[in-house]
Amino acid sequence: MATAATVKTEGAQKDAFTSSQAKQKILAFSSLVILIVGFSLASPNFFQPANLIAIMLATAVNGVLAVGVNFIIITGGIDLSIGTMMTLTAVMSAQAIVNWHLPIWVGLAVAILTGVICGGLSGVMVAKLKLPPFIATLGMNLFTKGLSLIIAHSKPIYFSDYPAYNQISMGSLFTFTEDFQIPNAVLIFFAVAIVSAIILTKTTFGRYTFAIGSNEEAVRLSGIDTDKWKIAVYAFCGAIVGVAGIMIASRLSSAQPALGQGYELDAIAAVVIGGTSMSGGEGTILGTIIGAFIISTLTNGLRILSVPQEWQIVTTGAIIIFAVYLDILRRRK
Amino acid sequence: MAEPLIVVKNLNKSFPGVHALKDIRFDLYPGEVHTLVGENGAGKSTLMKVISGVYQKDSGEILLDGKPVAIPNPKAAQKLGISIIHQELNLMNHLTAAQNIFIGREPKDRTGIFLDERTINKKAQELFGLLKIDIDPRVKIGELTIAKQQMVEIVKALSYDARVLIMDEPTSPLNDAEIEELFGIIRDLRSKGVAIIYISHRMDELFRISDRITVMRDGQYVDTLKVGETNLDHVISLMVGRSIEVTAPQVDLGANRPVMLEVRGLNRGKALKDISFTAKKGEILGFAGLMGAGRTEAARAIFGADPIDSGEIFVNGAKVSIRHPCDAVRHGIGYLSEDRKRFGIAVGMDVETNSAMASMGRFTGFAGFVKRKDIRKAAEDHVAKLSIKTPSLQQKLKFLSGGNQQKVVIAKWLIRNCDILFFDEPTRGIDIGAKQEIYSLLNELADAGKTIIMISSELPEILRLSHRIIVMCEGRITGELSASEATQERIMKLATQRETMVKAAAKQTVKE
Repeated sequence: MATAATVKTEGAQKDAFTSSQAKQKILAFSSLVILIVGFSLASPNFFQPANLIAIMLATAVNGVLAVGVNFIIITGGIDLSIGTMMTLTAVMSAQAIVNWHLPIWVGLAVAILTGVICGGLSGVMVAKLKLPPFIATLGMNLFTKGLSLIIAHSKPIYFSDYPAYNQISMGSLFTFTEDFQIPNAVLIFFAVAIVSAIILTKTTFGRYTFAIGSNEEAVRLSGIDTDKWKIAVYAFCGAIVGVAGIMIASRLSSAQPALGQGYELDAIAAVVIGGTSMSGGEGTILGTIIGAFIISTLTNGLRILSVPQEWQIVTTGAIIIFAVYLDILRRRK
Repeated sequence: MAEPLIVVKNLNKSFPGVHALKDIRFDLYPGEVHTLVGENGAGKSTLMKVISGVYQKDSGEILLDGKPVAIPNPKAAQKLGISIIHQELNLMNHLTAAQNIFIGREPKDRTGIFLDERTINKKAQELFGLLKIDIDPRVKIGELTIAKQQMVEIVKALSYDARVLIMDEPTSPLNDAEIEELFGIIRDLRSKGVAIIYISHRMDELFRISDRITVMRDGQYVDTLKVGETNLDHVISLMVGRSIEVTAPQVDLGANRPVMLEVRGLNRGKALKDISFTAKKGEILGFAGLMGAGRTEAARAIFGADPIDSGEIFVNGAKVSIRHPCDAVRHGIGYLSEDRKRFGIAVGMDVETNSAMASMGRFTGFAGFVKRKDIRKAAEDHVAKLSIKTPSLQQKLKFLSGGNQQKVVIAKWLIRNCDILFFDEPTRGIDIGAKQEIYSLLNELADAGKTIIMISSELPEILRLSHRIIVMCEGRITGELSASEATQERIMKLATQRETMVKAAAKQTVKE
């Protein structure tokens, strides 16, 4: 059976290929484990329930943003506006609940809708107006930043009269002991990640996300409206940014209009450390989550070891450069 | 004979400045392989792009099953059952073979939300089985060889129920074993009633795979021949049939001229095999061959733009080591790329800056300041000498014509004092009048003692300008002709002398 034999060799090739991809994931995961073990040995304060929960809580918002922008980066694009867009969604949510006295669920819907509109706008600029994603979303960054300040009159909007809003992030559906409660923000993060992973790998939307990043012209020539799907990807990322906006506003019990700038870079860093290629076509949600955890574990551990904040930033920068270089080495082979 | 599937009548297509197709006719029957041949620029690809909906015809008719059809875009062509496989494959490397085939038509599972990977793989496996192709549908495209990728493209095209399959130079990236396999698939398709339009530059293939051959020349229909009723020489004579513009051909140079450049045994992977030649002072050495014969690769390797596996280069009798274009320029070698806009000029910068680009070291003075006055003087001299038409030295290059842009590139290398100049397709994208000027310029440069190595796909150009002609095919030099012995037919024969043919011929002789 010549056919069976050939299929077998092709299969072996495929195993070799997937194992090289798996290796990348194992590499990222083992660096995370090494970080955790290293910090645990260096300081008794690190591997404590309270600290581990702090790390997870610190990862939650950045992780959600990273999962969202991961989709855009897989298409070969970039979104520099997610940090300030998150702020705008938080401000809009607060505006609806605190100032317009709408029910909380409406406030949540407003946040997500704001994200979809802003993301969709970026998508239109990229797909229809053919602006480079870097420029379109840089504009959207400033646009949403300014809009947040205008709407909130440059002052935080507090949810003081709405304790339920705070519970969205900081309540705990899973309380194991008095000092081991998983905050809801962490659960939301995991939920977003799981749903996104399913969408990315099991649906047409996910398939086209990869396909566009791999060879957009080939997709177009296959009779697919690539513009429409690109806009959808940016809008989808916007919806996830809306979730992040709710999470951060709830955690701070306020919408802080001056916050947000810089979050996009942390999220992009997490995506890149997680092995998503900046040239598109490749990437996983699991990798992105590990990337987000690496950043927050590093920050947390260095803080516990009393490394000055300046040096924490320097270290994170070095890690990003190193991670991307590893990726380039892997690709070159 | 059955009714024709496609009939093309009086088809015309123009691009700004070029009448690309003139009153073309063409017909195609089910279950035949109809090959289109012609020199570069004969209009083969343009015709195929009109039939597959990439371009729109200006006038004329396309009949499918006897009824006139409009083909406004590639999708419409696909719906009519016409699929094209471009030279550049259109696949997504990060997706699997099955995912590529069914892109845009993914089967869903019962929920109607999630993709049904099992069905997609099964369907792809069935399609592969139909053509006896051994490819695992789950393997990523990027992991397959070019030959296998091409098969995936063929299967993708057929999965749209294609009745007409257009293949544009499908064999150029394949080795002999892969070509055999492809031909097997083509014969299989033909027996299933699929009509195939085949474009190829490889003369030996024509007679192995085609049923009929249509020859095109300069955008015009020449003739359609049945394979059993013609031969290679006849097809070649029809291809090159145009009369050459009347000019004085070059005379053979005396043998005692000093050799400026000598290349010995240059090898680079599969692209270049044992390239050896000499170029003399004051000589225009033409490099002829079909696209992909390795001429540009040879020039780039000698210039140091691509690494070589082995080989020696001598300039003016002395052995030199060229590992980088910097080395080549230092030894007085200049390279004028076929892709002027990408590799030759900075379109957004002005004439004087472009002319000084390769010689900035000379124009940089104390503390890194640029000597504007010297640059201006040098640029002024060369603008006058080469009669470059520009309103001023400060004119940006994007506002100059193709011919004048090319002259600025020449000025750049002259200012750099290069004695050996490689011209890769020097007149590509330049209109007829300006071509004449470039020709006389090349002659003047040679008369002034420069060594010119000119790569050109236009045979009349090669014949008219070269003192000597080297012909390449598949990375090898297949022959050398002096100006007096060169003819289009001779060059064409050498340019299509593939390795397998040489071997087969050798076998034949042994037998006899």
